Amino acid sequence: MLRAFRCDLHVHTCLSPCADLDMYPRAVVEKAIAENLDIIAICDHNASENMQFVLRLAEGKPLTVLPGIEITSSEEVHLLALFDTLTDLKKIQDIIYSHLSGTNREEVFGCQAIVNDQDEVEGFNERFLLGATKLPLLEIIHYVHECGGLAIACHIDRESFSVISQLGFIDPDTPFDALEVTRHTGIQGARVKYAELARYPFLVSSDAHFIKDIGQGVTTIFLEGGTIAELKMAFDHQGGRYVQE
Amino acid sequence: MDLESVVKALNLKVRSGEDKLKKEVLGGYTGDLLSDVMANSKEGDLWITRQVHQNIVAVASLKEHAGIVLVQDSEPAKDTLEKAIKEGIPILVSELSGFEVTARLFNLIKKTA
Repeated sequence: MLRAFRCDLHVHTCLSPCADLDMYPRAVVEKAIAENLDIIAICDHNASENMQFVLRLAEGKPLTVLPGIEITSSEEVHLLALFDTLTDLKKIQDIIYSHLSGTNREEVFGCQAIVNDQDEVEGFNERFLLGATKLPLLEIIHYVHECGGLAIACHIDRESFSVISQLGFIDPDTPFDALEVTRHTGIQGARVKYAELARYPFLVSSDAHFIKDIGQGVTTIFLEGGTIAELKMAFDHQGGRYVQE
Repeated sequence: MDLESVVKALNLKVRSGEDKLKKEVLGGYTGDLLSDVMANSKEGDLWITRQVHQNIVAVASLKEHAGIVLVQDSEPAKDTLEKAIKEGIPILVSELSGFEVTARLFNLIKKTA
């Protein structure tokens, strides 16, 4: 049955060097439930080692967690990739790691903690997750689609790491599935500010780096369930599914 | 000073727009954020950048730049080059850093001003 799903499709964990250490998997899941969210997507920078733990903690809970990742293109544009399964995510993760070089310097960029479902620190990701991959944006979108995922341009209203800040404008032929804006702009604001991008669905998400931010940017989407296929239908206005604006 | 003289003086490799080298270079702008370049560069500028995405052609065309210099021996992406050839936008490649190209261009333009 079609119903309203409260979605926050861009949430970090403590694996992201810029995110708070209190963003460990259990805390993220508990806060998402407390905020009455129906669907969240976990999207750490270029990495996903905490994903399995978040998924395990959400099992049997009234919360759907979509495995995702926030990829940095060679142009330093941030792109969200969302999937149904860890297997799909793993395919893109392998591609990203083979095009990402460097080692993290924790004292400069922050800690990249892998925390399990028992709240134990399992280790640290040593890669330079804040770095840019060598993959051009269009190539990444192609890979995401090939792996069965959705490609969403991140916070296009921000002055850093957004497709507009880096590349000046969005060519309407770019096959983004949706464009994300911050809650400060909002979907209605985005429709006015980016009138030329009318063909794209817009989303608001929190891009939470702190627990308190989870649920501070929410999009209500009418779906039958929390899957990539359902979201795609909503983005394409099919079968009664839609994004509430 | 025309683009051809800049190409010679800075030893730039011409990747597109060979027939547009008579264009006058009025100034320069250095930047990799296309939003910034769109907002602040001027007509006749030679744009110095590391960004190779095809949108650089649209920005250079929109702002009526004299041309684009890609630094650090960066080559234009395939679709970027195709677009530049089609639109007649000179793309030039330098092995130097953005800092060095900018400094040399500044001195060249100052000398002839």
